[in-house]
Amino acid sequence: MTAVRIPPVLRAQAGNQKRVEVDGATVGEALDALLVQFPDLREQLFSGEGSLNRFVNVYVNGRDVRYEQELATPVKESDEVILLPAMAGGR
Amino acid sequence: MTSTTERPSNLEVDRLRPHAHGGNARHGGRFPSIVDAIGFTPLVEVPHVCPNPNVRLYAKLEFMNPTGSVKDRVAKYLIEDLERSGRLRPDSIIIEPTSGNTGIALAMIARRKGYRVAVVVPDNVTMERRQLLALFGAEVIDSPGHLGSNGAIALAKHLVTRDDRFVMPYQYGSPENPRAHEETTAEEIIADCPEVDVFVAGLGTGGTLVGVGRRLRRHNPDVRIIAAEPLPGERVQGLRSLDEGFIPEIFDPSVLDGKFLVSNADAIESLRELTEKEGIFAGVSCGAVMVAAKQVAREMERGTIVALLADGGWKYLSENVWTRDLDADEDVVDSLNLW
Repeated sequence: MTAVRIPPVLRAQAGNQKRVEVDGATVGEALDALLVQFPDLREQLFSGEGSLNRFVNVYVNGRDVRYEQELATPVKESDEVILLPAMAGGR
Repeated sequence: MTSTTERPSNLEVDRLRPHAHGGNARHGGRFPSIVDAIGFTPLVEVPHVCPNPNVRLYAKLEFMNPTGSVKDRVAKYLIEDLERSGRLRPDSIIIEPTSGNTGIALAMIARRKGYRVAVVVPDNVTMERRQLLALFGAEVIDSPGHLGSNGAIALAKHLVTRDDRFVMPYQYGSPENPRAHEETTAEEIIADCPEVDVFVAGLGTGGTLVGVGRRLRRHNPDVRIIAAEPLPGERVQGLRSLDEGFIPEIFDPSVLDGKFLVSNADAIESLRELTEKEGIFAGVSCGAVMVAAKQVAREMERGTIVALLADGGWKYLSENVWTRDLDADEDVVDSLNLW
């Protein structure tokens, strides 16, 4: 099982859980498993074409999957997947 | 990750470039005003924190700028753009959303040039940032801390619509922000370290990474551009929906080759190591940049990394980042506004 961390903004659609354990060998499979448990998340996480919503960042062990293999990025049992909204940084 | 560029061995590099002053870089010098002294920061090797003996890791010390941060470069370009475009009237007030450094830099330059500045800052920024803003004469307008920089941006945009004296340079959307880095920061890096293979910097507005990245890629198409970004604490993620998310207009994600998420606690640990082993007293985002740079170094066969350290440690002393117990204070540390 891989742990997926749910940010506060998505928790209402994820049973108010902070962390959900899912099966899957890739980020795409892990997110599919998450959507089986919480179908309301689909509209938030994905655009109409099935690609990640541009306002969602997905990380595996701290690395943004957009710069790895996107949804095909492999995940292992010990990995942590973090979902975060795109927020302003800057100083 | 392996380097694809041919470079002289370390010894040859040392012989060719014994010291930055021997190259094209201009450090030190005599200037007509403090504003003209912005930039020309030193590039310093940090071997004691580099985990790979075949990699040379350099830190670009942006805290050597006049107000102590990389944002002096951006603020100078933003204000000169306002001057050129004729947007500043005698009663104008320059307004900008910022969590500190950009505001401090704008306020210093505005004071030198005689303009008024108001800054919109989240109410949880460190006290030193407020003090510096005040001493350079900026009017400080608070935005709700739990909304982070998103809240400051929204409030600044609202205020601009309410009072036509406000003129907003807008670092998140102005091409002057990346241009400052393309024309100054990147040129200095190329002059001091033409063999650079990887550039690492913090991701905030995206100006540093996009501007430096574009110029370095023209210098060497194989250069890798890596971002470090903060893991926002639960208490500063005050979004009601993803639609309130924000991607800066100037941020071009295609410039990046990798992006690392770094928690405040990991950033602070790395920051302490930098102070202890290299004697470099930098800000918290610099610790995050070093986390990413060290990870890249571990994965390289050999090569040269330049990590940009955006500011110094002074503005974070009141948060006890060098002394507090990171395990005991985990929740607090993660929610501090330290970038």
